Amino acid sequence: MAEGLLSVDGLTKRFGGVVASDDVRLDVTRGELHAIIGPNGAGKTTLIGQLAGEIVPDAGRIHFDGHDITALPVHGRSLMGLARSFQITSLFPHFTALENVALAVQAHAGHSFRFWGDARQETSLREPARAALERVGIAHRADTIVANMSHGEHRQLELAMALATGPRILLLDEPMAGLGADESSRMVKTLRGLKRDLTILLIEHDMEAVFALADRITVLVYGRVIASGDPASIRANAEVRAAYLGEQEAVTHV
Amino acid sequence: MKSWITPRNAFVAALLAILVLLPVYAALTGNTFMMTLFTRIVILAIAAVSLNLIMGFGGMVSFGHAAYLGIGGYVVGILAKEGINAGLVQWPLALLLSGLFALAVGALSLRTRGVYFIMITLAFAQVVYYIANGLDRYGGDDGLTIQRRSEFGGLVNLSNRTAFYYLCLAFLLATVYLVWRIVNSRFGLVIQGARSNERRMRAIGFPTFRYKLVCFVIAGVLCGLSGVLLANHTNFISPALMHWTRSGDLIVMAVLGGMGTVFGPVIGAVALLVLEETLPHVIGLASYLVTGKEVAAAKEYWQLILGPMLLLIVLYARGGIDGLMAGTRRG
Repeated sequence: MAEGLLSVDGLTKRFGGVVASDDVRLDVTRGELHAIIGPNGAGKTTLIGQLAGEIVPDAGRIHFDGHDITALPVHGRSLMGLARSFQITSLFPHFTALENVALAVQAHAGHSFRFWGDARQETSLREPARAALERVGIAHRADTIVANMSHGEHRQLELAMALATGPRILLLDEPMAGLGADESSRMVKTLRGLKRDLTILLIEHDMEAVFALADRITVLVYGRVIASGDPASIRANAEVRAAYLGEQEAVTHV
Repeated sequence: MKSWITPRNAFVAALLAILVLLPVYAALTGNTFMMTLFTRIVILAIAAVSLNLIMGFGGMVSFGHAAYLGIGGYVVGILAKEGINAGLVQWPLALLLSGLFALAVGALSLRTRGVYFIMITLAFAQVVYYIANGLDRYGGDDGLTIQRRSEFGGLVNLSNRTAFYYLCLAFLLATVYLVWRIVNSRFGLVIQGARSNERRMRAIGFPTFRYKLVCFVIAGVLCGLSGVLLANHTNFISPALMHWTRSGDLIVMAVLGGMGTVFGPVIGAVALLVLEETLPHVIGLASYLVTGKEVAAAKEYWQLILGPMLLLIVLYARGGIDGLMAGTRRG
């Protein structure tokens, strides 16, 4: 198997009797958008949690760009270029949108044991932050307090924060969660733009979005990978259809 | 830009003017009690501002902050008893020990959160409290009188009431300024980010623990300074310096004045300690109006008024007195 940018081997995680990740093997190649789908409870978020470093796996290894990062803490992985967005919006509600993103820039601009200068005035933090907001299309809301923004804007801000860390891979946990049809299609457009420059691992329930965006799809059921391949082969896979796509036929036009 | 002239800023300016001009008033009226009270207020305000750095901005609710008052005070007292009166020895050592204590407490307590954090900080403070109780050579639970205040050669004479007051006030203003710079710096934003959403801070690449620990140590050192000044002010140290209710008082000052701003705890310290002095008289007066004679025992119930006041502030003015005047509260 070719060495991907992010590769996972034999990853296993149990919560009591539940096997949330069962010998998961996964390879994300540089430049691809790799989607992970699976019914509720398939262990998708647990998998992202382990990739990001929040959940410690019981067994298996995670390699990123040739380095074993299985034991690396969350912030260390971020500094290596692994950025994640959260399924449930996770922001700094009392800061402005720009301050939120500027913090993400700051995290990657050397140590923050600087006690004197006014960080909100630093253009070296603000400019990249503004650029990230522009990239997701909410630059006009830069000075709005996050608590006063809409859910759709929060989802975009989630993405902007991940982008602002200058990542080499984006782990996106259901970026369309809770979005209306309009907002969803805008998000798909944004992701399509990002896909040109970035490697992306996408977890998503919106099948239309997944099949529109993904180069490769891995299907997870009960913590196990039951299939992995390009969208056409996943569509054709009988086991996948039985386990998962059957209920979605109307949406995916199989 | 908003105008600088707001009701809130006018209030802060007035309060600062009062603090600066107080010795003049005291000299003109011969009111030494006012000087004693306000020196104490200014010193404890330093402690409240330092607590606010970790509690208000960092979300670290330390219930053992008075321990640093004790450490600062006892270093001065013990050294004075052993014949070392040089301020240049006493003070740096007091700050150093306060910082080291904070480092130890923080290294353990910051691995926990919520109630556990509060309990661990309280436990450490209680340990120091009982150690002080057991120091028989230094008065045990009776405490120890300090014969001579810290000496700084001819630089400044701490026994001069006015000079000492202005020294304390200068330290308070310097502390407020320092904390203000810190909370707006890169470091300060990390601390505030960690209070708001620590999980996200880690996800974007911050090793939050070490920043919080450094912040905890800074607050400890600043509060140690407050303890040094307090011992010099009262010429006396005892374990009561760091009784857990004292830690509670500091929290009340920060909450009452307003945790969202750097200056809030100064307002809180003034408000709490002035109320502590005046409420007994208010009750005394009330008892006189009701019964026709002053009931001395009634004065002991002044906290019956303070309690509901605190409750109202916490319920209806989350930003404390400072927030009430500003009308808004920033995160």
